[in-house]
Amino acid sequence: MKVLTGKVTKLPDNVNTDDIIPARYLSSMDLDAMTEHAFEDYDASLKEKVREGGIIVAGKNFGCGSSREHAVIVLKKAGLKAVIAESFARIFFRNSINQGLLALQLEGSSEPIKDGDSVKIDLERFIVENETRSSIHRLRPIPPFLLSILNEGGLVPYLKKRRGWGIEA
Amino acid sequence: MEGIGKTISEKVLSRASGKPDASAGDIVLAEIDLLMLHEITGPLAIRAFEEMGFERVWDPSKVVVVFDHNVPPSDISSASMMREMRSFVRAKGLTNFFEIGRGGIAHQLLAEKGMSAPGRLIIGADSHTCTAGGLGAFGVGVGSTEAAAVLGTGKLWLRVPETYRVIVRNRLIEPSSPKDLILEIIGEIGMEGAIYKAVEYCGEGIRSMSLDGRLTLANMSIEMSAKTGIVEPDEKVAYYIRERTGEDVELVRSDEDAVFEETFEFDASKTEPLVAVPPRIDDVKPARELGGVEIDQAFLGSCTNGRLEDLRAAARILKSNRVNPRVRMIVTPASMEVYREAMKEGLLDIFARAGAIICCPSCGPCLGMSQGVLGPEEVCVSSTNRNFVGRMGHRSSKVYLASPATVAASAITGRITDPRDIE
Ligand code: SF4
Repeated sequence: MKVLTGKVTKLPDNVNTDDIIPARYLSSMDLDAMTEHAFEDYDASLKEKVREGGIIVAGKNFGCGSSREHAVIVLKKAGLKAVIAESFARIFFRNSINQGLLALQLEGSSEPIKDGDSVKIDLERFIVENETRSSIHRLRPIPPFLLSILNEGGLVPYLKKRRGWGIEA
Repeated sequence: MEGIGKTISEKVLSRASGKPDASAGDIVLAEIDLLMLHEITGPLAIRAFEEMGFERVWDPSKVVVVFDHNVPPSDISSASMMREMRSFVRAKGLTNFFEIGRGGIAHQLLAEKGMSAPGRLIIGADSHTCTAGGLGAFGVGVGSTEAAAVLGTGKLWLRVPETYRVIVRNRLIEPSSPKDLILEIIGEIGMEGAIYKAVEYCGEGIRSMSLDGRLTLANMSIEMSAKTGIVEPDEKVAYYIRERTGEDVELVRSDEDAVFEETFEFDASKTEPLVAVPPRIDDVKPARELGGVEIDQAFLGSCTNGRLEDLRAAARILKSNRVNPRVRMIVTPASMEVYREAMKEGLLDIFARAGAIICCPSCGPCLGMSQGVLGPEEVCVSSTNRNFVGRMGHRSSKVYLASPATVAASAITGRITDPRDIE
């Protein structure tokens, strides 16, 4: 998982978890059926776009609001491979790492990256290359401890293997 | 570092991690004092717990399980999720389970049971776990997988947050309320303005405030994206906890020389009845400027404003008035305790006589789940905490957030109304 390519679905500041999955679908454990309703109130066409492109680039405070981990789960199930944002709501960020979804913080503005751009994420150098516009953007490195959770595929496999946190933070 | 004072967050996380020097920016592995699960986020946590290979819950006396989002269950799927939770509670011997009819909204319960005590580290699989800060606890919301990790290990990694300090001078003047104050604060700081920070509230405006009101302040701290909100605890809190648990608590407060990233000051005596205009929590306007907004529904309840003091404020206004014929008003006490107290005081009778319906303690309408979901184009004035698109129902419906007094005043006139403008 060192390099990842895809097409950008661009989202603004403050997209919340109600936007991603409305509460009325949460009374269920059928997460595949739930995924059909991703972004339903916000913009029903987004689900298909995310499936095709695989990468979201957003503004500030992505994933704010409710703690529902369902928001990350349905995005993953819808085909999202990575989400890049200027900043994340903290619970959403943690949920992403715990579900093994790459959540990357952009250094600087997301403005130069446009909807539909083809991008390449380089996880060795922590940069995004915008192939459509030949520009390069820096990403904030993920702390090694979180990287090890991501590399295991999330917190469930991580803890299953170690039977504990395995950190002396 | 030696010689530098600590904030409340630094003290709590130092104690919980066994690292006396933990300070803002550090990542610590902390021992958790209490974990809360409800029926929406709980079932996912249980599954993750099992997949992680855990069998025993780290400490069955430190886990609180509450049903509150959709109670009593309105469909088979919700009932099944509760069933799954109940069997987990039994199998693992969890001792703090609140069955329907014996509980209420989780955040209110943790306060009532004296569990949200100063200095405690509380993790909840719900974003409004920060409500615990109203009584001086460090409460943080997490997702289901981390709740599972805590169930299994009793520990969680946390970054020690920087702290914003909010000093509130002077006292609120009725009918302005703690809700109006927190809307003013959020309007100023902005919906992403306190991202990753802890917000500490102090000053005369806070000391003079009831505990109900303090819970409202802490509750809405997440709405400016804070990690948590903590009200500086005082003797009132110590008394409350002693009364409910028989225990003496240490009042964990920031040192005089603690380092705050930023300090904000507000004058509570100038706070007016305010409203957050959808779909942004920080689009805050005086209620008097919104008199043109007609409403279909008025909702009084939730973990933000479903407490006794909130019901009293609304009842004072509704006492000699009736709910407008075009409007339905829904009243949902935040817990069974609040419900019973409100019954004893005659508040429920006032609501019913005014033409409001009284529902059981539940989150229901707050997140568009049950007991008051909005249809297309409908407008609600609500004492809750979120006015996102579609939060209470159809995507074209709208939620204006206001204090209990403003909700009651608006229910009477049928449009957003400043409570000072009601007889
Ligand atoms: S009342 Fe609303 S905000 Fe509070 S816990 Fe329930 S759903 Fe969440």
